[in-house]
Amino acid sequence: MKKILSGLAALCLGATMATAALSQEEAHHDEANPTHFPIHRPAEMDWSFAGPFGRYDKGQLQRGLKVYKEVCSACHSLRLVSFRTLEDLGYSDEQVRALAAEYEVTDGPNADGEMFTRAALPSDHFPSPYPNDEAAAASNNGAAPPDLSLMAKARTVERGFPRFVFDVFTQYQEGGPDYVHALLTGYGQTPPEGMDIPEGTHYNPYFIAAKSLAMPQPISDDQVTYDDGMPQTVDQYSRDVSAFLMWAAEPHLDERKMIGFRVIIFLLLFIGLVWMTKRKVWAGVAH
Amino acid sequence: MSAGHSTYTPTSGLGRWVDARMPLPRLVHDSFVSFPIPRNLNYAYTFGGILSIMLVVQILTGVVLAMHYTASTLLAFDSVEKIMRDVNSGWLLRYLHSNGASMFFFAVFIHIFRGLYYGSYKAPRELLWILGCIIFLLMMAAGFMGYVLPWGQMSFWGATVITGFFTAIPLVGEWVQQLLLGGFAVDNPTLNRFFSLHYLIPFMIAGVVVLHIWALHVTGQTNPTGIEIKSKTDSLPFTPYATIKDALGMVVFLLLFAYFVFYLPNYLGHPDNYIVANPLKTPAHIVPEWYFLPFYAILRAITFNIGPIDSKLGGVLAMFGSIAVLFFVPWLDTSKVRSAVYRPWYKLFFWLFVVDAILLGWLGSRPAEPIYVVMAQIATLYYFGFFLVIMPVLGLIETPRRLPNSITEAVLAKNHGSAAAHPAGAAAAPETKA
Repeated sequence: MKKILSGLAALCLGATMATAALSQEEAHHDEANPTHFPIHRPAEMDWSFAGPFGRYDKGQLQRGLKVYKEVCSACHSLRLVSFRTLEDLGYSDEQVRALAAEYEVTDGPNADGEMFTRAALPSDHFPSPYPNDEAAAASNNGAAPPDLSLMAKARTVERGFPRFVFDVFTQYQEGGPDYVHALLTGYGQTPPEGMDIPEGTHYNPYFIAAKSLAMPQPISDDQVTYDDGMPQTVDQYSRDVSAFLMWAAEPHLDERKMIGFRVIIFLLLFIGLVWMTKRKVWAGVAH
Repeated sequence: MSAGHSTYTPTSGLGRWVDARMPLPRLVHDSFVSFPIPRNLNYAYTFGGILSIMLVVQILTGVVLAMHYTASTLLAFDSVEKIMRDVNSGWLLRYLHSNGASMFFFAVFIHIFRGLYYGSYKAPRELLWILGCIIFLLMMAAGFMGYVLPWGQMSFWGATVITGFFTAIPLVGEWVQQLLLGGFAVDNPTLNRFFSLHYLIPFMIAGVVVLHIWALHVTGQTNPTGIEIKSKTDSLPFTPYATIKDALGMVVFLLLFAYFVFYLPNYLGHPDNYIVANPLKTPAHIVPEWYFLPFYAILRAITFNIGPIDSKLGGVLAMFGSIAVLFFVPWLDTSKVRSAVYRPWYKLFFWLFVVDAILLGWLGSRPAEPIYVVMAQIATLYYFGFFLVIMPVLGLIETPRRLPNSITEAVLAKNHGSAAAHPAGAAAAPETKA
């Protein structure tokens, strides 16, 4: 029996060493021809909505909406978000109506069988900048700009071991906004010597799928005017629009964390009561 | 239901009237009140109750979600988003349901590991074990089809890959795949039949669960010593003893469940499933849900041809074999001793097997790079080695520790100092109260 075991242990050790050697080979790679993306891991930012008591910062969401409206919406749709939900950002009913009315949507057909355009109502969703995906692709070098409604949940850079284990305890769920922020602030760097950047694409070491992407740097300092005195920098714009996109993807986050806290407190109390009952029932019964 | 005679005595006139016509209250009483349980059950034995709660949670949330869901490739994704955004508490229902599936599998894995550790599958509980394996298979089918319904990128490509397995079967493979898909590729007919089956399977599970519990109540529960109940002092009535212990297990489990639902609702999912399915765009890495990863790793570990079996069929056979082997465990284990508590070597190999299963899970999430493939091959070898070599051989060569004569003896030996004040008679006393 002992022999079998020591043989097994030796086999395991050998296997581990072989795999370690293999992985070292793997680690040696060419900086100009990276094989794993993104080249750089996104930095973890401080978000007001992170953690068990996290809540959206309404001022930040309003700034983010402004960035989306003035910059992103030129190419990107937000088709799952309706204007009425913007009341979550702290706007009044009148403000939402006024905001929706800035957009035109196609409606119909009317009694004559004609389609017509009208000002958007709170019940309408953000209209897309292009009539269809094909038009979007045609005006953007063949790469249709993706819809942003769920972007903050649809892009997460893999955390890897052991980070993904720690994430359970730190409640890290902000991979999406971290990624969006990293991507938007990751432009303007010089690619490593010898790296071949395909024409019509832009180097960004934070892009999740390749070394460069079709979207050029979308925003620069002082492009959007903030009226609350926050710095008008690419970094701040990126933080705000990332937070806004997180809200767009997960509008009930505040409610979720608030109810969650109550549920956890209730369950802890309930566990205490059941535990005491269990002790009482089993008292005097050796088991 | 229980093997012993019934101790139910209706107290009211209505009770006697019902009992003479359709003795359902008697069945419930005999199964969940007076049913004798071994007095030494630990918390590993609460997962049966936890699993029944999870099945109920999944069915209840699922039925309500189905009221708002639309099984059409054009509308499925948006209808799920409508649930998340506009349906009252829809986000809660959906997160309960999606994380509930994960919790269900987490609990079933512990339940299966507990069975393997304490030898719960050994005679006379072979059918009980096999019914459990059938439930596990049904759960896998339900989990897989449920993941397709939101119609995200991983839904679509996961369905494409998994239904593609069937083409590896010689002669009938293509036919089976087309029957599953309702066409030549994953499309609207696939989504519709998966939705229909996803609604059906939980009720099939509920049916097999009834058989599983029935078989359990005929043979009685095992316990950490693996020794059957021999006398009255070995057992306690189900209520209040098991009821309250199971209840504690359940609420602690609900705390874990709530933690994920409210604070990490997307931790166990894949971000790509928040992108609408696009048949023209393959994701960089197609990975199944976490609970399928060990089996996925086994599938991909077979990268070589074995005689007439090519690597594709070999991988599919290994994957299905890794579940099929569970059905034969009662006959693969040759040990005369049931519980790992008294089997020092089996205990060691069992924990290695647990580590191996977790390692396989992690490897299943890795891209198919050489280093991971080699590791997955070694881990797969141990997976099958554990069942096909270690289990039969160890039972013949291992010298088990001395077994106690009865559950009571084991319990008293464990509690020697404190339990001396409570002789066996005291433990039996609560029964007269009940």
